[in-house]
Amino acid sequence: MKLRTGLFAAVAAVALAATSPVQAKTFKFAFQGDLSSLDPHSLNESFLLGTLGNVYEGLALYDPNMQIVPGLAESWKILTPTTWEFKLRKGVKFHGGQDFTADDVIFSWERAGRDGSDQKVRNSMIKSITKVDDHTIVMETPAPNPILVQDLPYLFIMDKEWSEEHGTTSSTSAAGDNAGNYANLHANGTGPFKIKSHEADIKSVLVRNENYWKDIPTNVSEVIFTPIKEAPTRVAALISGELDMVYPVPVQDWERLDNAKGVKALTGPEARTIFIGFDQGRDELLYSNIKGKNPFKDQRVRAAFVHAINLDAIKEKIMRGAATPTGLLAAPQVNGFVESLNSPYAYDPEKSKALLAEAGYPDGFEVTLDCPNNRYVNDEKICQAVTSMLAKVGVKVDLLAQPKSKYFGKVLATSGYDTSFYLLGWTPGSMDAENVLSSLIVCQNADAKKGMFNLGNYCNPKVDELTAAIGSETDQAKRNAMIAEAFKIVKDDVGYMPIHQQPLSWGVSDRVTVNQRADNGLDYRYVVINE
Amino acid sequence: MISFIFKRLVQSVIVMLTVALIAFSMFRFIGDPINNMVGQDTSQADRAALTEQLGLNDPFLVQFGRFALNAAEGNFGISYKYRQPVSSLILERLSATLELSLVAAILTLVVGIPLGVYTALKGKGLLSKGIMTLSLIGVSLPTFLIGILLILFFGVMLRWLPTFGRGDVVALGWWTTGFLTLSGIKSLILPSITLALFQMTLIMRLVRAEMLEVLRTDFIKFARARGLPDRSVHFKHALKNTLVPVITITGLQLGALIAFAIITESVFQWPGMGLLFIQAISDVDIPIMAAYLVLIAFFFVVINMIVDILYYAVDPRLRADSSV
Repeated sequence: MKLRTGLFAAVAAVALAATSPVQAKTFKFAFQGDLSSLDPHSLNESFLLGTLGNVYEGLALYDPNMQIVPGLAESWKILTPTTWEFKLRKGVKFHGGQDFTADDVIFSWERAGRDGSDQKVRNSMIKSITKVDDHTIVMETPAPNPILVQDLPYLFIMDKEWSEEHGTTSSTSAAGDNAGNYANLHANGTGPFKIKSHEADIKSVLVRNENYWKDIPTNVSEVIFTPIKEAPTRVAALISGELDMVYPVPVQDWERLDNAKGVKALTGPEARTIFIGFDQGRDELLYSNIKGKNPFKDQRVRAAFVHAINLDAIKEKIMRGAATPTGLLAAPQVNGFVESLNSPYAYDPEKSKALLAEAGYPDGFEVTLDCPNNRYVNDEKICQAVTSMLAKVGVKVDLLAQPKSKYFGKVLATSGYDTSFYLLGWTPGSMDAENVLSSLIVCQNADAKKGMFNLGNYCNPKVDELTAAIGSETDQAKRNAMIAEAFKIVKDDVGYMPIHQQPLSWGVSDRVTVNQRADNGLDYRYVVINE
Repeated sequence: MISFIFKRLVQSVIVMLTVALIAFSMFRFIGDPINNMVGQDTSQADRAALTEQLGLNDPFLVQFGRFALNAAEGNFGISYKYRQPVSSLILERLSATLELSLVAAILTLVVGIPLGVYTALKGKGLLSKGIMTLSLIGVSLPTFLIGILLILFFGVMLRWLPTFGRGDVVALGWWTTGFLTLSGIKSLILPSITLALFQMTLIMRLVRAEMLEVLRTDFIKFARARGLPDRSVHFKHALKNTLVPVITITGLQLGALIAFAIITESVFQWPGMGLLFIQAISDVDIPIMAAYLVLIAFFFVVINMIVDILYYAVDPRLRADSSV
């Protein structure tokens, strides 16, 4: 190995001597999926946004701990409950040399709201943007929104001139005829890295933007990203020294990485909570042997279920000790997290049996559990464990584990929430508890676009009231008190069965230092190649 | 001959239409593409609008008809995931798959045929027995496992060869080739062996069986009686007469090499059509899946046509028959 590196270094040095006196520092990594598009508004998905966050930037940025820091905006202040003033950073240039101004912000916000964009949700958080001068804007929100900036890191700013010149004033979409969209394969951001080449699903090469406005720790001059779908290949490529980092690494491979020389597994809790939901809306369950009534409408039955699950066993046996069992649907990284409510429901099979008997099901009943098998870390194994634990208290679970495309096609609103009992995971896009409440916990309401992922329709009017109030409360302390109150109600109702925060699982070579962000995002700003 | 080729081409259109029809009737069971195309915060209304725009609410015969009409004009639609025309995505990957399959096919023949002849002639030798035993392992191990084992041994332990990808490629127009760079050639070794191993053993065993059969026939005895040297008997007479079934199988297997490169491509992250297809299945990218399946059907038809033409070259009796 030593000889090989030495040889390569020598070859590289000879090759570079002719072109540049500075030694190129290349960082090579692989991810299981690929970068489907370079268009910053095309898909609201964490890998795409996390990767393009190195090329494009929003008015605010995430720091290594996912806290909001100023980005393209130097500062902001609330003028009235519904208006915000942003001072834009001066002297920032796009990769193509264009100046960054207020017009670009307004243009990008409008583009995010046009047809084909998947960032309409972020667009709709702002009602209007007024340009005061080239570097000052005023944003108006439809309702008081104390956490507006939480959503700004991923509302990426494009250059107006460049976009108009290349006819890419609306986002790339698979539908319609704007498939030849320039921004799908080209990029012009303000970020620390520029796209050098991009072949979808084959390879993307990025190079350092030497004129980046901010001082950042990285010493990387080139990043090469390859998608590698198969986990064993990914891990082999890391151990063989061809790559500096790969993710995700299967939990069962950690030991192998730790035993191999020069690489290690980097793990930590992800801000994604895995949980199981119950259909509490229908008067009769779709998939159960109990007819004429819905056992999950009875709080005692739900309580019996949560007390039957041994989360520590799931953590130890399935997640190799790396998961964090939870009692709450929001992770600690999420704004509004309540420490005191996070302790899981106690594992108590006797209590579980007693509760079932009390509710009129002394011999349990049958129900089908819907489960994805390629979406979350060891998702199917978790479902199998839950199935066998429930069997011990007399509940016969029929497990239906399917690939994510089939699973989501069945359980989501498009198929009318065709499930009785399901496993899901959630990371709030805004990293705020309000998103958890309004997506997972408030009553389903298609017109108000609320409760879309509340697949089992847990519904408590008091929680709805609180969520509405949280949405427009600008006093942080009061707001957090209301969030805690809402979560307390959900917990007492046993609205959900929280399982755990799943672990982040990266494989990293000793050659590099990286920052593992809780949303599984890899920020090249903090990638340092060690000497 | 020309009418023969023309007839075959007409057949190929029918085959492709049938494959497309079957494929389209299956797509409904793969899952919902929409959830892969939008983020979790995208509203129900936007999801429904996208479904409508893509025509996914239409009855499947309507969707199939639209696909067939567009495909007839060479338009295979836009990939749901990459938002690029499917034809250019497949074209970009065609060279990777064809180079891999070609190298695997050459390996198969160059190694398979001589070994087959050798084991037929020296059936009792120790080396022969060793080769036969090894070949059993070759047919019985799954491709995936062979690939992983090769990666572990040559990539991770010895570090001689790359574990994934195609290395540096050189673009010659739209065709990209890995033959012209050292890393490209090194990257080809493991995947092509993985892909060829099964076919190699198959061809070897086939040639061996055919040879043994032919060697027992009368005309070989007469050839020997005429005092022809062994080499001439074995290669000029015996081997040539085993070739008809070998060509048929090779032809079919070449199609299989291209079509079933999927597994090898995904183990080695080889950026070919198969990898694109397998990715498309998990993303329910219907336009890519449809175009790929039709293209593979086309390959099979063309390869079989070439095989049929080759028969004429190898077997004089067929030429005589056709003139009757």
